[in-house]
Amino acid sequence: MATRQGQALGRLALAPSVIALSTWSIVPLALAIYFAFLRYRLDNPDYSGFAGWSNFYYFMIDPFFVRDLFNTFALVFNVLAMTVIGGVLFAVLLDRPFWGRGVVRVLVISPFFIMPTVSALVWKNLMMHPVYGLLAEVWRWFGAKPFDWFGSAPLTSVSIVVGWQWLPFATLILLTAMQSLDEEQKDAAAMDGAGPLNVFRYITLPHLMRPITVVILIETIFLLNVFAEIKVTSVGGFAGNLTYLVFSQLNDANDVGEAAAGGLIAVLLANIVSVFLVRIVGRNLEA
Amino acid sequence: MGSIQLKSVRKAFGAVSVINGVDLDIKNGEFAVFVGPSGCGKSTLLRLIAGLEDVTAGEVLIDGKDVTDVGPAQRGLAMVFQSYALYPHMSVRNNIAFALKMAGEKSDVIERKVQKAASTLNLTDYLDRKPRQLSGGQRQRVAIGRAIVREPKAFLFDEPLSNLDAALRVQMRVEIGELHNDLKTTMIYVTHDQVEAMTMADKIVVLDRGSVAQVGSPLELYNRPNGLFVAGFIGSPKMNFIKGPSAAKRGADTVGIRPEHVAISTTAGEWPATVRLAEHLGSDTFVHAEGDGIGPLTLRLEGEAPLKPDQRIFVTPREPNVHKFDKNGRRID
Ligand SMILES: Nc1ncnc2c1ncn2[C@@H]1O[C@H](COP(=O)(O)OP(=O)(O)O)[C@@H](O)[C@H]1O
Ligand SMILES: [Mg+2]
Repeated sequence: MATRQGQALGRLALAPSVIALSTWSIVPLALAIYFAFLRYRLDNPDYSGFAGWSNFYYFMIDPFFVRDLFNTFALVFNVLAMTVIGGVLFAVLLDRPFWGRGVVRVLVISPFFIMPTVSALVWKNLMMHPVYGLLAEVWRWFGAKPFDWFGSAPLTSVSIVVGWQWLPFATLILLTAMQSLDEEQKDAAAMDGAGPLNVFRYITLPHLMRPITVVILIETIFLLNVFAEIKVTSVGGFAGNLTYLVFSQLNDANDVGEAAAGGLIAVLLANIVSVFLVRIVGRNLEA
Repeated sequence: MGSIQLKSVRKAFGAVSVINGVDLDIKNGEFAVFVGPSGCGKSTLLRLIAGLEDVTAGEVLIDGKDVTDVGPAQRGLAMVFQSYALYPHMSVRNNIAFALKMAGEKSDVIERKVQKAASTLNLTDYLDRKPRQLSGGQRQRVAIGRAIVREPKAFLFDEPLSNLDAALRVQMRVEIGELHNDLKTTMIYVTHDQVEAMTMADKIVVLDRGSVAQVGSPLELYNRPNGLFVAGFIGSPKMNFIKGPSAAKRGADTVGIRPEHVAISTTAGEWPATVRLAEHLGSDTFVHAEGDGIGPLTLRLEGEAPLKPDQRIFVTPREPNVHKFDKNGRRID
């Protein structure tokens, strides 16, 4: 399509999807910007008119803002650590032939197919519940006092739930990458006298650096706005993130204007993080 | 030291037998070439020697010691792979140093050995590059460098030149030959290309479907192939095989005659034929002809032969160069 005619034709062919996509993202954004500068509360029709920057100001001085900002990053970090380390281990294990590998692979991938709300409910009530939970049972079996997961360690607990859901994604990408590792390279390393640990350190791990980068980039974008798990496990008051704070401005405080402003701040934050990630981690991809 | 012996070595992948009982004796310092068509088990045999595959039955001996149950690193052999198998994220220096590092050598010893290997292979200027920044020939050299720093008892090459273009292949062939002359280390070289085998080998091992068809020096195989398979595989262009009265007259089921061992006349001779195509190479002329009742013939004449398509010719084999085979395809003398 190097010719001028080809380029014109290409633009024409792309136009419908470009228009649809722009509408899709620009209309909500435009509305959010509009609301963010309005005095607009659902419980007070008299409170109206142009608000200036006050919605942004009040969102940021909210006592929960700094804590939830921290939680946002802590959640992303925890889940990334869990899924990258777990994903590498699973990928290495599942790459070797063993009896029943097919079934185990399906089992490892299956959390991916479970809706976030459902998995959060399952973890909350069946796994981590301090009375009925499976983990409580295990604790009791060892003679220990059951741990109140969501009560005592809300952020860690939510991280585990979300990590459990994203582990299959990391495993899948890294397992695919493992299969593209040249067999002759492993043979060469064996001839060179590298044992399993050295093969992992000098051959496998460097080979996985690129796919790990991809996992980090993609997961971060999704993890910055985790919501369902926090809402369903009702830990928003302790381990809420920015997305949850926006929600509570709207739902609990009925303040549309401040929620919209918070949404914009979250968007801005996500963009800053993405740019940084692409700069820092993305450099890996070029090497 | 580096003599290698195989005793009744077999290898099966599941139910499929790939190596069917190979006995072989490679002497210290020898340049042995395994040659055979694709899929005949050359790589498998090499990997059995390297220890990268376990034998199903039989023994592998290095310097007279049974190493059948010894791991690849402990056998003291080095291998150059077809894909080179360089470690892509390591510099050339680290690629070459890897085995020494794994063996726990001191870093100054490693550096000295790497420098020495690099200067032998003209790689000194490229030590800090990554493999993807090198040309095919340079990558090949790195793969060889990685093998020589280990000072192995023997080198194993698996089709090392098949990813190079024709000119580079000839050059690397010469370089590997010189390396052998310098180091005098045993080398086992796998190829499907009989020209490589003929030009490089002290000893050629022709493999046919997982068995050794014949072992001998290049000229032994050329002059006295022990059967139809070796006769057809060694030599380029291929030997002509003729059945029928000409063979019966000589007391054979099939006679074979190499393209270069015939006389051509325009008036009289044993096999009347029609020229289909004449390829003029200057030094030689390759003639593709259709023999009456005996099928296609390939002929090689020295210099320029003034032959044209559809011309009638008479082909007569030079009697001392006629190879005779019985109905099982074995050589008769
Ligand atoms: N790991 C393996 N599993 C099953 N079959 C194999 C394996 N490796 C090689 N083979 C089979 O063994 C035969 C010989 O292979 P190979 O030694 O690679 O041949 P060559 O190097 O002479 O081309 C082939 O038919 C191939 O399909
Ligand atoms: Mg092969």
